[in-house]
Amino acid sequence: MKHIVKILTLVIAITALWVGLLQTSTIPQSHTWLLPIYFVVSLGCYGLLMVGVGLMNFPTCPQEALLLQKDVVEAKEYLKQRGVDVSTS
Amino acid sequence: MDEKKLNQNQKNKYSIIVPTYNERLNISLILYLIFKHLQDVDFEVIVVDDGSPDGTQDVVKQLQQVYGEDRILLRARPRKMGLGTAYIHGMKHASGNFVVIMDADLSHHPKYLPGFIRKQLETGADIVTGTRYVKGGGVHGWNLMRKLTSRGANVLAQTLLWPGVSDLTGSFRLYRKSVLEDIISCCVSKGYVFQMEMIVRASRKGYHIEEVPITFVDRVYGSSKLGGSEIVEYLKGLVYLLMTT
Repeated sequence: MKHIVKILTLVIAITALWVGLLQTSTIPQSHTWLLPIYFVVSLGCYGLLMVGVGLMNFPTCPQEALLLQKDVVEAKEYLKQRGVDVSTS
Repeated sequence: MDEKKLNQNQKNKYSIIVPTYNERLNISLILYLIFKHLQDVDFEVIVVDDGSPDGTQDVVKQLQQVYGEDRILLRARPRKMGLGTAYIHGMKHASGNFVVIMDADLSHHPKYLPGFIRKQLETGADIVTGTRYVKGGGVHGWNLMRKLTSRGANVLAQTLLWPGVSDLTGSFRLYRKSVLEDIISCCVSKGYVFQMEMIVRASRKGYHIEEVPITFVDRVYGSSKLGGSEIVEYLKGLVYLLMTT
């Protein structure tokens, strides 16, 4: 099954739920009409939260840059001795 | 799993495909590091150079004298023809039963290769993909804006696609050769989206995918091939993947 079908099914299910709520009036109609907006806004906020949290916890590795520099020096030494051109131009 | 157990698996051969364009210095460095870290593994490196004007191919030929023409294969193309076709071209010449794809610019460090191999042997996975976004992994050399776009792009992709992997645009991966051949035949995108399409299609097809944390140090030498229209392409790609996978 294509992914988009899964998503559409989910959307239809939620819409059906919403229509059901509209018809049975368990919640006052005025509120029910606004539910989709609340839903979209919450989804947006959740997304932004995830981005923010992810940004704060973004894994960094400054020590790797140093290790890499060491590797570069080692590699250049080794290859230069064996006749490989390790210049940048 | 220690090095001994790794060696005992003599049946496996790893073909490492490295597409290059103007990587005259980086290609030496990366080949040195690959040979350093895969000392007791049966592998070959296939350099797919797209007609680099900076003499990358001459350097590769020098490296072939050092490491052997049977270990470094130069399979060049006349001009820039895209990453996807570079992999396909490389695979045609690959004699291994596993294929590793990685970048030539040292952002992917060969020291992770034994880890990829080990993970695959332990789990029998079809694909082992490097992830920069989990603990143990990481990125260096990205400013706040870059991290923001990366994180935003990732959250969007996760929400829309439910891919089952944490790093969608990463291109440091180990594939079972047959699996790579299968997926690559149905992928049509370019650039970042291509990498995403590969892993999403693999996920949809039910292939066993494992992740390994990797560190990513942004380009040390040379200029990064990051264009301005990448964001638009990315969004278009997401919609395409949403509709067709």
